[in-house]
Amino acid sequence: MTTTNGSDPIIICRDVHKWFDDFHVLRGIDLAVDTGEVVVIFGPSGSGKSTFIRTINRLEEHQKGEIIVDGIELSHDIRNIEAIRREVGMVFQQFNLFPHLTALQNVTLGPIWVRRWPKQRAEEVARELLERVGIPEQAEKHPAQLSGGQQQRVAIARALAMQPKIMLFDEPTSALDPEMIKEVLDVMQELAESGMTMLVVSHEMGFARAAANRLVFFVEGVIVEKGTPEQIFNNPQEERTKLFLSQILQH
Amino acid sequence: MATIISDVKRPVERSNLLKWLRQNLFNSWYNSLLTLAALWVLIRVAPPLVSWLLAANWAPVLTSPALYFVGQYPAAELWRPAIGVVFISLLFGLSWGVWRGPLRTFALASMAGYAVIALLPVSLDTLGLTGRLFFAANILVVILGLAASRTPLGKARWVILLGLLAFGTFILLVRGFPGSELLPQIQTTRWGGLMLNLLVAAVGIVASFPLGVLLALGRRSNLPVVKLFSTLFIELVRGVPLITILFLGSLLLPLFLPENVRIDRVIRAIIGITMFSAAYMAENVRGGLQAIPLGQYDAAKAIGLSGPLTTILIILPQALRLVIPTIVGQFIALFKDTTLLIIVGINEILGIGKSLVLGNPTWITAQIEVYLFIAFVFWIFTFAMSHSSRRLEKALGVGER
Repeated sequence: MTTTNGSDPIIICRDVHKWFDDFHVLRGIDLAVDTGEVVVIFGPSGSGKSTFIRTINRLEEHQKGEIIVDGIELSHDIRNIEAIRREVGMVFQQFNLFPHLTALQNVTLGPIWVRRWPKQRAEEVARELLERVGIPEQAEKHPAQLSGGQQQRVAIARALAMQPKIMLFDEPTSALDPEMIKEVLDVMQELAESGMTMLVVSHEMGFARAAANRLVFFVEGVIVEKGTPEQIFNNPQEERTKLFLSQILQH
Repeated sequence: MATIISDVKRPVERSNLLKWLRQNLFNSWYNSLLTLAALWVLIRVAPPLVSWLLAANWAPVLTSPALYFVGQYPAAELWRPAIGVVFISLLFGLSWGVWRGPLRTFALASMAGYAVIALLPVSLDTLGLTGRLFFAANILVVILGLAASRTPLGKARWVILLGLLAFGTFILLVRGFPGSELLPQIQTTRWGGLMLNLLVAAVGIVASFPLGVLLALGRRSNLPVVKLFSTLFIELVRGVPLITILFLGSLLLPLFLPENVRIDRVIRAIIGITMFSAAYMAENVRGGLQAIPLGQYDAAKAIGLSGPLTTILIILPQALRLVIPTIVGQFIALFKDTTLLIIVGINEILGIGKSLVLGNPTWITAQIEVYLFIAFVFWIFTFAMSHSSRRLEKALGVGER
């Protein structure tokens, strides 16, 4: 596997395949991600990009090939899976906050029950994180009382509270009203600049241009093209990439 | 000149009787017709009903009201269930302080009830001065409980713990111990009346709730044996009428047990009712579990929560909240179903009423009065249950998330 900075990649995927019954969703994905790298995955809907990042913390199981995260290979061993999930944070399209808990409780749940931190320490860290994502004053509110953008930022804080080495973002702004997209992207950009390893499924090309080290273009379960934002935006090699970019960048 | 928008006031809507009548009773020709029809029925039915109520023979109820509540429990030992009443008053006061809204109504209603009993007209007096003073004192106990909720004792977990402890103590107290001087054992054959209905219902509710939740989780389990057992249990028990289960427990079970093993008949009834209720509870809870979006499981997994923790911290709290109305409905049904114990010869309130009527030739014509009274007693309790459930739903924000 090639690396850009010489150290071992933190995520290694070799020939990853997945089927939903007879439907072949992922058809041999090869991808290595370095520590601190920000990779944006884009492509038409149904191309398997969400399924792919969900295999990295094993919300989806792959059936062939290997995925190695932070030196641990994903297998059926539940202890391996739970160990990896502790190191990998995830942010979802539909936020998936726990509606019966306050914003603060959403953030402290993982540290208290998984990391076994004392409640007081977990709350201190949680308040710092809510501050970092710009909504310290919403700590005691329930998700239903927050706007979509605020909910997604709580979700980011919830994932960060586990102090993950890797953050996965599954279309984090697709369910948001236009005026809220920026507040979430700003948080993500700040996170990228802080050196977090990030895998982002998104069509926000402005974000990709500003924050990504690499872009990966998915079509029908295959990586069609990957490269730096420069290469992809200014000089795409594949016809399909050109066509897709022209479609989403038109307006 | 343009009006400044902030100066425009929302028009005040006046309400008056005529408008109310038009909106609520006569807003269309068929509503007017229905209103008139209802009025006609009311005029025809209400006066005879009231005069019947006044002329009715309430003697079977008024002669010995205590019988309906404690049955044949020895009069000299009545102080034991009385302590149970004190427990309940204390817990009402405490819960009022701790949970506020939903339980305040309960506490206030119980105080009102005590006041009514303590101030009953002399002609209806079967309590004696001691009884009156006892119920009056219970008003103070509720207030005492409220005061105690201001102390460190006023935490939800302490009140729940205290409630369970008081419940266990109460059962031991009422049963007594064989060979004891102070607390001679009182056979369950002498227990009776509403006390028994409440006892069976309370044990049934407390036991069937966790059992039902476990069965619901079992039915959704990935472990084939657990799943099979849960499904079989639920479907078998739900497929059989409660009466059959009670009969099986009371007649058949003793035949299968060894000679020297005797399970008390009240306990057998409780086991039957608990099993029955647990099976229904399981299906209700399962409905709630199915309503939880898959994203909740994803999010819990993504922060590394284990399966059991996900169930306890994320899924169950949401699922149970969704099914509160159904669960309370089921508890109300369970409470009313305790009257079926009459069929296996347990002297619950309906049984007492029946034997009173049939045992006294002069009262045989007063059956309606007795059953009306019993219905009224049940209504008070079930109304309190459904009222508090609605308050609980409001407090938890069910249906508005």
